Amino acid sequence: MSSTPTGTEREGAPASWEVFLRPRRGLSHQHMGSVRADDADMALGRARDLYVRRGDPLSLWVVRSDAVHAVSPAERDPYFGNARHKPYRYPEQYAPLTGPDERGSDGDHDQ
Amino acid sequence: MTTTSDTAAETARTGQDPDLAAHLLRLGDDALVLGQRLCQWITRAPTIEEDLALSNIALDLVGHARTLYTRAGGLDGTGRTEDDYAFARADREFTNALVTELPNGDFAVTVARQLVYTHYAVLYYRALADGPDPDLAGFGARAATEVAFHRRHADDWTRRLGLGTPESARRMQAGLDRVWPYTAELFEEDDLVSRLAAAGTVPGPASVRPSWEREVGEVVAGAGLTVPAPRWQARGGRDGLHLEEFGVLVAELQSVRRQFPGGTW
Repeated sequence: MSSTPTGTEREGAPASWEVFLRPRRGLSHQHMGSVRADDADMALGRARDLYVRRGDPLSLWVVRSDAVHAVSPAERDPYFGNARHKPYRYPEQYAPLTGPDERGSDGDHDQ
Repeated sequence: MTTTSDTAAETARTGQDPDLAAHLLRLGDDALVLGQRLCQWITRAPTIEEDLALSNIALDLVGHARTLYTRAGGLDGTGRTEDDYAFARADREFTNALVTELPNGDFAVTVARQLVYTHYAVLYYRALADGPDPDLAGFGARAATEVAFHRRHADDWTRRLGLGTPESARRMQAGLDRVWPYTAELFEEDDLVSRLAAAGTVPGPASVRPSWEREVGEVVAGAGLTVPAPRWQARGGRDGLHLEEFGVLVAELQSVRRQFPGGTW
């Protein structure tokens, strides 16, 4: 695990912030990119300049990049490999507990 | 000099109002010239994010100038377009307040200039939004919202520099001292503005000065700095009398139009 997903930090450079924007017609915030800023206020201002100039969003978040913890690329297989080729593990393979008992026999597992 | 009722009757008859046209031209020139000054920061700002912040502000200002120029062209009876006003006038025909053409100086001078202009513009545009002319009121409401974001940027930087290091505080105070003698002109009311204000066509700029002084006083004090008390005040911009550096600004602004007259792309 790495606590600084942005990698090398220049000495004295402003902190990096991840920017999340919720579009008016969207249900959840989406990651837009990142900005550098000395504090949250400056980060919000710069995120607005970079990502909100066009469009009409509902909400804007910034989160310090070093608050994001990411899986190391070297550990990708242990983390993610187990889901491959095992469509029966997907939740849609399980029949709901209530409601009609039957599922389509074709079982539309992996897309 | 025409009386108020004559002017109103003239406006009703022809849709023209040379006084109002001249006033809107002044506001448009303020916006265009300040926008052009801010563009000169591009590739020179302290960070690329600041490049973007200043150029975004400049774009908004150019947008305001376009609206105001277009309206002025209808009101003064010449039918001139926004391009005619921006690119086909000589420097002496621009009537911006001198503060908007002040050279950028260091970043703190630019922040001080932004502080002065944005607080004035939000207050004046909001007052326009309450005026009798629906088009102008709509413009005032929209423009005030945009400049309110520019004001936030100026307030933030005034505080950051004022409360930063001794060197940043020294520069921010020097920026305020540089800009302050040019602030009074924004609120100046000559015969033209007095006629418009008396007729109720537009608010007089002097009416927003008390609020402006209170607002900028709070920001400056909150930044640990001192509101300057200059012993002189600049004026002349509204009469087309500009600083020496203004000729270069206009030449650069109009250079493409001179090289490719009538060019489109």
